[in-house]
Amino acid sequence: MARVTASAYTSHVPAIGAALDHGRTHEPYWQKVFGGYEFSKDWLQANRPDVVFLVYNDHANAFSLEIIPTFAIGTAAEFAIADEGWGPRPVPKVIGHPELAAHIAQSVIQEDFDLTIVNRMDVDHGLTVPLSLLCGQPQAWPFRVIPFAVNVVQYPVPSGRRCFQLGQAIRRAVESYDEPLRVQVWGTGGMSHQLQGPRAGLINREWDNRFLDRLIADPAGLAQLPHIEYVREAGSEGIELVMWLIARGAMGDVAGGPAPRVAHRFYHVPASNTAVGHLILENAN
Amino acid sequence: MALDKPYRDIPGTTIFDADESRKGYWLNQFCMSLMKAGNRARFKAGERAYLDEWPITEAQKQAVLARDLNRCIALGGNIYFLAKIGATDGRSFQQMAGSMTGMTEDEYRKMMVGGGRPIEGNRYRHEWEKK
Repeated sequence: MARVTASAYTSHVPAIGAALDHGRTHEPYWQKVFGGYEFSKDWLQANRPDVVFLVYNDHANAFSLEIIPTFAIGTAAEFAIADEGWGPRPVPKVIGHPELAAHIAQSVIQEDFDLTIVNRMDVDHGLTVPLSLLCGQPQAWPFRVIPFAVNVVQYPVPSGRRCFQLGQAIRRAVESYDEPLRVQVWGTGGMSHQLQGPRAGLINREWDNRFLDRLIADPAGLAQLPHIEYVREAGSEGIELVMWLIARGAMGDVAGGPAPRVAHRFYHVPASNTAVGHLILENAN
Repeated sequence: MALDKPYRDIPGTTIFDADESRKGYWLNQFCMSLMKAGNRARFKAGERAYLDEWPITEAQKQAVLARDLNRCIALGGNIYFLAKIGATDGRSFQQMAGSMTGMTEDEYRKMMVGGGRPIEGNRYRHEWEKK
């Protein structure tokens, strides 16, 4: 049977992708960011998944205001890289896992989570920057990816509680898949940042670190936070952090297993306008 | 019953909800059109003429022409959509975000490197009104 082996969490700032793509990773400003991912690249080599279920948000690229799905699962064989206005990032196309994606869709929809099924979806920096951070710059991504897009752009966005419950359903779905696949669930976005208005540039280091502490040790409690707390304390775009609760909900301890092992934790301010947070949690075997 | 909007009392912040989205629908859809290289070229060649192809208000057109992002947001624009204009102009997200704060580009960059805008004094509207 397939199983969820680990979860990873990271910010997905577009400027990080630009720094990589333009060969600026050795600048001191960016070294402080990329240094926090050196461990993670080695860790991923040693703990290579077959599939990553990658939770991210689309930033007005695949979805305009015409259609706004709350939760969209990518069931296609492959996904092209979006042109966000700067031209597409020069990274490999994303190879999906249509069979597992369809299985997860069927399982969780029958558990009352009404996903939107998407067979054509260009993927933006929200998905590709985390891949770059953990994989570097390979010719092809070293695993298949199921893109899972969450609406955090137009309100109402899903609650942290709903995201956490959905993560639990995704774990059950993975574990009922016959093939013995190693699956990781990644939650991306955040941490504190605000990109708009006179309050732009807001960073809340204490709040972010408390979020990381609670994500590790008290995810069920953390899932109760209302939206207003995210936007007031972590900035209007800090709301992206609800997506981390999907990945956390997929960990075994939430279903009564042992606590996960914290393989890595990193926090740095800033990358462009944003606080960078990163965490890797391993399930006990 | 009206929509509950507890976020109204956060200073310097517009939450992109259904009311904003309705107001800014065509402004944002115009921005989406700039994802295509051909449309970016046409917009650059004649901004006013390109804007006139869209059913957006005169005030929205003026805000776009002036690159006044705060005004665009007040008129229903969302930053991820407006970023397409910035991309067309070759501006980074940091330049765009900084342009809304009343700070110079350099001041904003220094604030970010110094740890960002602090949360203290920036949670509630009344904290800004006292200033």
